[in-house]
Amino acid sequence: MTTLLNNLRECFPAQIRAVDETARGQFTVLLHGPDATAIARHLMSGHQARLVTVFAEDRVHEEGVFYIYYVFDRPGDPTWVILKAPIPAEHPSFPSLAAEFPAVNWQEREIQDWFGLEATGHPNPRRVALHDNWPDVHPLRKDFSLDTVLPPFEGERHVYRPAHGEGVFHIPVGPVHAGIIEPGHFNFTVAGEPILYLQLRMFYTHKATEKLFENLPIHRAVFLAESISGDSAFSHGTAFCQAIERAAGIEVPVRAQFQRTILLELERIANHISDAGAIANDVGFVIANSHAGRVREILLGLCECLTGSRVLRGMAAIGGVRRDWQRGQVEAILSTLEVVEREFRDLAAILQSSNSTRERLEHTGILRAEKASMLGVVGVAGRASGVDLDLRRDHPYEAYRHLPFRVPVYREGDVRHRLLVRIEEVGESIQLIRAAVAQLPDGAHRAPAQPIPPGRCAIGAVEGWRGEIVHWVRTGEGNRLERCKVKDPSLNNWPAIVEAVEGNIIADFPVINKSFNLSYSGTDR
Amino acid sequence: MFKILQKSLSVGSATVDYPRIAPRLAEQFRGCPQFDFAAWSDARSAADACPTGAIAVSDSDGLRQVTVDYGRCIFCGECERASADGAVRMTRHFELAATDRRDLILTAEYELHPDGSHAGLRSASSCPSADEPGKRIEAAIHNLLGRSLAIRQVDAGSCNGCEQEIVALNNPVHDIERFGIHFVASPRHADMLLVTGPVTRNMELALRKTWAATPGPKVVVAVGACGISGGIFGTNYASLGGVDAVIPVDVYIPGCPPRPEALLHGILLALSQVRQRISVHPRG
Repeated sequence: MTTLLNNLRECFPAQIRAVDETARGQFTVLLHGPDATAIARHLMSGHQARLVTVFAEDRVHEEGVFYIYYVFDRPGDPTWVILKAPIPAEHPSFPSLAAEFPAVNWQEREIQDWFGLEATGHPNPRRVALHDNWPDVHPLRKDFSLDTVLPPFEGERHVYRPAHGEGVFHIPVGPVHAGIIEPGHFNFTVAGEPILYLQLRMFYTHKATEKLFENLPIHRAVFLAESISGDSAFSHGTAFCQAIERAAGIEVPVRAQFQRTILLELERIANHISDAGAIANDVGFVIANSHAGRVREILLGLCECLTGSRVLRGMAAIGGVRRDWQRGQVEAILSTLEVVEREFRDLAAILQSSNSTRERLEHTGILRAEKASMLGVVGVAGRASGVDLDLRRDHPYEAYRHLPFRVPVYREGDVRHRLLVRIEEVGESIQLIRAAVAQLPDGAHRAPAQPIPPGRCAIGAVEGWRGEIVHWVRTGEGNRLERCKVKDPSLNNWPAIVEAVEGNIIADFPVINKSFNLSYSGTDR
Repeated sequence: MFKILQKSLSVGSATVDYPRIAPRLAEQFRGCPQFDFAAWSDARSAADACPTGAIAVSDSDGLRQVTVDYGRCIFCGECERASADGAVRMTRHFELAATDRRDLILTAEYELHPDGSHAGLRSASSCPSADEPGKRIEAAIHNLLGRSLAIRQVDAGSCNGCEQEIVALNNPVHDIERFGIHFVASPRHADMLLVTGPVTRNMELALRKTWAATPGPKVVVAVGACGISGGIFGTNYASLGGVDAVIPVDVYIPGCPPRPEALLHGILLALSQVRQRISVHPRG
């Protein structure tokens, strides 16, 4: 790590103003000016770094500037590298990296919409997070109040790319969909059955989550973190708590680290099982979905026994977990896993025994490895397309460093391999939980409550079942937050669906979409 | 094919018999909190701990009014921890659906002391009682026989937590179709809208259009703390709050998210509403 820092100081002596290494596991490089392009390029080409997320912060009142943060990670190094570029309030613009690194396309536009900072040179600078008919407001600026009452929307609605030619049609779908799923708009251009291209409009469920974090005391904000994406309540809750703990230097007791690990893996298994069923369902294999629903229920019973909630609500806590376990509860983990393992093995066999199902899943919705890595795709979708990333292994947190597990990676990138990654991960997670239970130490389940010092910045990152979840916080006075940035894996992965559906028949869209199973609420916040 | 058949036969029936038989709840399951208003010496710590503002304290003219809103409650249990006097107790009671929003709100009035503490309970509404599971709705089920109900689910901005439990209603364990209830793809085929919230500004129009596309007589059920009141998101520049800020609501189902049995309880309660309306407003 010192080598990297020295190298950056050597190569960019005029650009680096200061380095902040106070919080463990991360260092923040403050730049003199708004242009981080050269250092970012150097990190990515010279050090194989990956641009994890880009976000902004309004510090105009305190320091006269906005900041743009670029978070990187590097293979083989668990330390987060963060570049911090000041943007003077009087020149609210920053050079866009999106043309070179498409992974940040949406994130830079989000900064434009929410902070009013122009991403200069962005290849497609249209609005993404605020719909086109919103007035010209920038909700994450500090001078914009959370309860601002906006006038009725009357601007122009989004204009989609036109399509011409004989037999070429637009098929608009959503935001209200046919199934029990979240809202978003899909605009397909088709030539007969095959999809020529897909345009997405998300952010229908935008509900001011990041702004709300700035308005809640931290002890309440944990529950908001649990509500970012309801299927990842514990993963988002834990990522948030980790950020606070890193900022405040809170040590989580070892027992709690193991408990968190077990719950994170239970969340993974529960969601992977329902996804496996839902993928089968979307190709007409209803009986497999029925079995999946049944097995999931067995698991949710265990979640309820461990946390009081079937979907792991109310368990994430700063400094550990909110509730400790008695011996009986720990035994229930092992006995339930035995049933789930047996049942899931049967389910996986049923899923893979059907040739007609295989026919529908294989070569469907292919996301090529090159595209996946270019778009910065993460999580299950990435690992099915050759992107070998897993924060549990690459940035070990909680108890993962003590536990053996394998990270399945494929290059094929079709629906079938996204399913296979899930099936294999369920097996790994079951073994992981067993090992964690075997090593679960006695002791406290939560560090004593302590005041959170103001002015600290830190990152929290968890490999949720869907992919990497990143939270970044700046603490404020009086047990409050100045800023909480939330990055759900879905934000990177939506543009990948656009790639994956191209040339597929429109009837296969539901199963392709399901094989990614991205969070709308996590994207929209 | 043989293997699939063999598996299904070996599993047998997985379906529970709620509401006839009470569900098997884990001992740890958290339903709603119950309040012993007479014994509650100070509600302020619970109000401070409550993440959603479901417990609120307001003082004026020597009186303290304490409000508890089950339509905001996310059953987290923080009020129980914050109340040292044991006046708040988490229960496993979850059948909370109500046809009147006001039924979800409890109030208590105390005499206020100059030091900020209170004493002398002046008045209080009573906590919802844990009936025999499903008793209240048994009649509705009897009436239901021979009828089918089509539900269109609308996510008007939720975190997807409620959707998970709504999906679970369709699995073989909860199997909502045993009541002749099924989820449909279009509001035009629906008798009931099952709406989760908070209703975002960006979903307001879609929700209004979906409601308009649903033929009458129709019933609207608001699901979860956010669907009822906006929950932890409340009302802000991007959120309009609960579903009834946009369309009329007939039944409210508290929870975060409500467990499948709680959803079923609310849906069956709403069915009696459908029946009433059909008798007044017969379908042509």
